[in-house]
Amino acid sequence: MKENLYNYILGIADNSLILGQRMGELCGHGPSLETDIACTNISLDLFGQVRSYFQYAAKVSGDGRTEDDIAMLRKERDYKNVLLVEQPNTNFAYTIARQFLFDAYHLAFLSELQKSTDLTLSAIANKCIKEVSYHERFSSDWVKRLGDGTEESCVKMQEAIDDLWTYTDELFHQTEADKAMVAEGVGVDVTKLKEDYYKRVHRLLEEATLKVPQLKWFQKGGKEGIHTEHLGYLLSDLQYMQRAYPNMEW
Amino acid sequence: MTTTQQRIDHILIPILEQVSDPEIPVLSIMDMGVVRSAVVIDGVAKVEITPTYSGCPAMDVIGDDIKKALSDAGYQSEIDLILYPAWTTDWITPRGREALENYGIAPPLEAEADKDVLLHGKRIVKCTNCGSQNTRLVSQFGSTACKAQFQCEDCQEPFDYFKCLK
Repeated sequence: MKENLYNYILGIADNSLILGQRMGELCGHGPSLETDIACTNISLDLFGQVRSYFQYAAKVSGDGRTEDDIAMLRKERDYKNVLLVEQPNTNFAYTIARQFLFDAYHLAFLSELQKSTDLTLSAIANKCIKEVSYHERFSSDWVKRLGDGTEESCVKMQEAIDDLWTYTDELFHQTEADKAMVAEGVGVDVTKLKEDYYKRVHRLLEEATLKVPQLKWFQKGGKEGIHTEHLGYLLSDLQYMQRAYPNMEW
Repeated sequence: MTTTQQRIDHILIPILEQVSDPEIPVLSIMDMGVVRSAVVIDGVAKVEITPTYSGCPAMDVIGDDIKKALSDAGYQSEIDLILYPAWTTDWITPRGREALENYGIAPPLEAEADKDVLLHGKRIVKCTNCGSQNTRLVSQFGSTACKAQFQCEDCQEPFDYFKCLK
């Protein structure tokens, strides 16, 4: 098995899987019908993308593993998503802040992944980027609307940005698999995305009359499988059906 | 970069035209542009389809429906899902656009127009009920991944708009 490629695909896909699950939690619980539908639509897009990645990962593994095994039967430490995407839906401002902080990264990442020498990954990126640019429109629109909205919405939006800011730096950390894949022309060098990312985010926060947090210390660990307490609870929800009724197909 | 080139055996066209999108029954998969190739090799019909959106739940059903239609016509078949080139709303045929409109879904406009509609509320999407352009965006996301929600300010009809995807 191509270990590095397998781990690299999982690193990308787990972000979409966990964020997709978080957005899916809002099904029937969104603050309004329209936003409820929007969040679940985003969730659906992300899950669709995850399937493409995991089907490919299953093929790369070459040991009979299926997309369902990969998605549903790993333990917490084997998930390599960034800490940002597992943070809970504390309130709608947190949902939107998490989405925007990830979308801005996701868009830049996919734009580079399209150039991958791995044709499957570049095809998936080419497909996903259209959907993700739509997500980014939605989330950035809401950051502006809440930030530049009422006094209360502005306070809540600022609080969400301040709280989640500590998870943004990890987006640009490289794992061993990352480094190996960048060297082969397959992977994206995320360290090169950092500057433009913060420029983009700063610009939007300004537009939304929000303050850019002045934080010097950042959380990390998700990419190595060291997660916040929230992931365990999320996984017990996500994996329930597969654990209770083994061998169900997605 | 994207190509609209399809490789489809003429003999298979009438069969594939009977298969429709389960979420938009008036639209055949041929008019939808999701069939990228369909050829008969050694008696086996090999069909390649591409999803409209990654998470489109209709794709599995469409694959099954194609298999069934081909089997009814006496063909064994193999269905493959391909991702590249990625589907675009440009591949919906003129006949398909008309079918959408008659069904109550406003067909996609140009990408830039789309952006204006979705972001700045410019009024160019035509109401499928009364034809007025005095319509407003209710939500960027609609009943399925491919649609946005609109409402006509003249006749008050709520309707779906098929988002432009390029």
